[in-house]
Amino acid sequence: MSSILIAVLLLATLAIIFGAILGFAAVRFKVEGNPIVDQIDNLLPQTQCGQCSYPGCKPYAEAIAAGESINKCPPGGESTIIALADLLGVEPEPLDAEHGAEKDVPMVAIIREDECIGCTKCIQACPIDAIMGAAKQMHTVITDECTGCDLCVEPCPVDCIDMVPIETTLQNWHWDKPENSVSTIEKILIKEVH
Amino acid sequence: MQTITLHSFDGGIHPLENKHQSTQTAIAQLPVPAQLIVPVGQHIGAPADVIVNVGDSVLKGQTIADPKGVVSAAIHAPTSGKVVAIEQRELPHSSGLEGTCVIIDSDGHDQWLEEISNGSQAISDYLETDNEILIQRIRDCGITGMGGAGFPTAVKMTVQNLTIDTLIINGAECEPYITADDMLMRERALETLRGVQILLKITAAKNCLIGIEDNKPEAIKAMEDALHEVHGEHHISVVTIPTKYPSGGEKQLIKILTGKEVPSGAIPSAIGIVCQNVGTCAAVYHAIAEGKPLISRITTITGESINQPQNVEVLIGTPVKHLLDFAGFKQEKSLFQKLIGRKAKADSKPRIIMGGPMMGFTLNSDELPILKSSNCVLAPSQKELPANDIASACIRCGLCTEACPAELLPQQLYWFSKNGELDKAEQHNLADCIECGACSYVCPSQIPLVQYYRHTKGAIKDERAAQQKSDRSKIRFEARQARLDREAAEKEAKRQARAATAEKAQAAKKAAAAEALNKQTAEEADGNGNTNDEIKKPEPVDLEKLQKQLDAAQAGLKKSMDKIAELKAAAAESGAEADAPIENLDVFEKAVANRRDKVKLLALQIAEAKKSAPLVKKEVSRDDIEKKLRAQKDRLEKTKERVDLAKEQGLDSLPALQKGLDKQMQKLKELEEELAQFDKAGA
Repeated sequence: MSSILIAVLLLATLAIIFGAILGFAAVRFKVEGNPIVDQIDNLLPQTQCGQCSYPGCKPYAEAIAAGESINKCPPGGESTIIALADLLGVEPEPLDAEHGAEKDVPMVAIIREDECIGCTKCIQACPIDAIMGAAKQMHTVITDECTGCDLCVEPCPVDCIDMVPIETTLQNWHWDKPENSVSTIEKILIKEVH
Repeated sequence: MQTITLHSFDGGIHPLENKHQSTQTAIAQLPVPAQLIVPVGQHIGAPADVIVNVGDSVLKGQTIADPKGVVSAAIHAPTSGKVVAIEQRELPHSSGLEGTCVIIDSDGHDQWLEEISNGSQAISDYLETDNEILIQRIRDCGITGMGGAGFPTAVKMTVQNLTIDTLIINGAECEPYITADDMLMRERALETLRGVQILLKITAAKNCLIGIEDNKPEAIKAMEDALHEVHGEHHISVVTIPTKYPSGGEKQLIKILTGKEVPSGAIPSAIGIVCQNVGTCAAVYHAIAEGKPLISRITTITGESINQPQNVEVLIGTPVKHLLDFAGFKQEKSLFQKLIGRKAKADSKPRIIMGGPMMGFTLNSDELPILKSSNCVLAPSQKELPANDIASACIRCGLCTEACPAELLPQQLYWFSKNGELDKAEQHNLADCIECGACSYVCPSQIPLVQYYRHTKGAIKDERAAQQKSDRSKIRFEARQARLDREAAEKEAKRQARAATAEKAQAAKKAAAAEALNKQTAEEADGNGNTNDEIKKPEPVDLEKLQKQLDAAQAGLKKSMDKIAELKAAAAESGAEADAPIENLDVFEKAVANRRDKVKLLALQIAEAKKSAPLVKKEVSRDDIEKKLRAQKDRLEKTKERVDLAKEQGLDSLPALQKGLDKQMQKLKELEEELAQFDKAGA
């Protein structure tokens, strides 16, 4: 009888001790915010374009953490979807066409400066403050910062903003991927068959 | 002299050397071409800034573009003539992209800039001169690495806070066909060695090793002879190394000569070593001792399609076509043309490779210029160097791994590159690949492995740039959000402050009015000799307000009573027992009682207020009424305007506005009457 009592008491004491340790750890090492949101946010392209219908990448990251689908980001495209699927352990799904298509080449906004009337509307629209200018003064895009989100194009009353592909220079050029080796042979075979 | 133990690097290959063809004749001087195309971006780093204009006359050696930023190199006019254009032209680069080029029409005089021809730019006592002056001169003369990559030499020699232990001079020239360095060492050994002395002086290295492959015995002999002439206080050794491709790779040569390995991702100066090409040494000598900028170089022109393979000293900017014409280029006939005995078509594109067969690239046209780093122009026949356009599947033979001089796993890297697994390729140290092409050379399936690696390296760089940009965008976005929030908060604070002041003003007004009333009642009380508590502290109520409240209360009372009647009627109608309590009835009855009380109270208050009202009224001055009148007039004016606007635009709000206008007119009339009455009373 007494041995059972000792065992019960011992286990109870241990439970109390570990409970106290866990409780302390939960308070002491409490993680501020939701770490998964930051991880998702890091994978998103940060164009802040709002094409996912959320006002920026962080809000979309929060929505994904809360169960929103991961295929609503056209600027990120397939690679982002795959990365998100990897992170969250879900199946990758094709890009939701409702939110736009993935662009083949990265774009930047360019203001045709002599047509700009200085209305500041594009400055207010730019989510990352990449447009310089003041009221009634010419505006210009800081090309290095522009994410190509398109948000400035719509508000412009004189339609002087163009989206242009980023120019290839010697600094950012790199070799093309060689054509798939097997497919080269297949091509020849196909030619021979025909 | 110390004995040097040679080491070896893993892998490497022994391709056919094909060097003898171009070493039969001495270095020839290429005649000055009619037109030179000088790109301003020939080196690693920022392209130089053009400082001449179209139409300017330039002399040989004149600076035509200044270095921009630290990692950049100056560009000089290779001959005297006239700048006819500064425009975008295709560059001799694997990308085939365009870059700014200065086009110079030669005047045929080939006249040096005066400072250079009279020797005033020369530093003869270079071994006694300050390093800064020497490095500045190297920079001014636009010297870049002549071995291939074209890294600005001045930048390489400016090693800060690092002690350089060994200076390695690269004379290995391991790539097949190329003999430019070989011929340079044979014919200009002394110049090269003096250049080495200058570099040794700048780096203050304890050792200097000149590594030359054992397939260049003449060059080794020439260098050793020259060494006897200049050798003395310096510790320069010519070291013969076994021939193996790519022993001329910087890291490989360091491994052979010192046994040390340059850590992954680091440069040789991290382990106290600086490596320079022999061509660079000769260029440094010309720059320092003769004051001549880098405007020409020795280039090998070879291949089976060339009649006289040889080395020529060629001006930078010379079109390749000029070089081909000089050495005799014969367009290869195709098999079909050979069979029917026809001549090769004149317009068919010649296959010309800039650089060697291992690391070079095919030129898109023969109009492209020779650069500071162009050590070879190769025009091979189809048989000699078959174009590789059929690649088969990888058979996992592992030959590439055996051949890799950087101890990488080419096969793994191939899979990763093919499938776009950039992170895995990076983990397998793709960045350490020197793109020597040994793996592609040994591959039995002829897979263009190096091209995969080059692509993947670029893709990794792109991805990193994108990541950096996205991080920056994130910061900017968050900063903007913070700014917007702050602005909104500031606005809100301002609004609240305004509201608070308005409230205070209102309260002050009320208090003043109450005081005035208090005074009057007190006066009145004094006058009447009556100390009524009620009157002593009258509330600052005005009559109209009370009247309104009374009306509202009466209306409410009426409503409640109606409701009770309704409920009773409904109960009677439904035929329920009369005794049964009607729902909610008690609530309404209570409400009725409450309202009755309120009506009574209000009536009382009105009565009291009326009592004191005449006194208050007396205090109303003519000014007050006039003020009110004016305000009313203004308001009326505004309303009229609005009505007009509404009429104009046919707004729906027109009837409402009209009504408001009528009301305001009424009020104005009332005020006018009041004023008239006041005047009458005053009179």
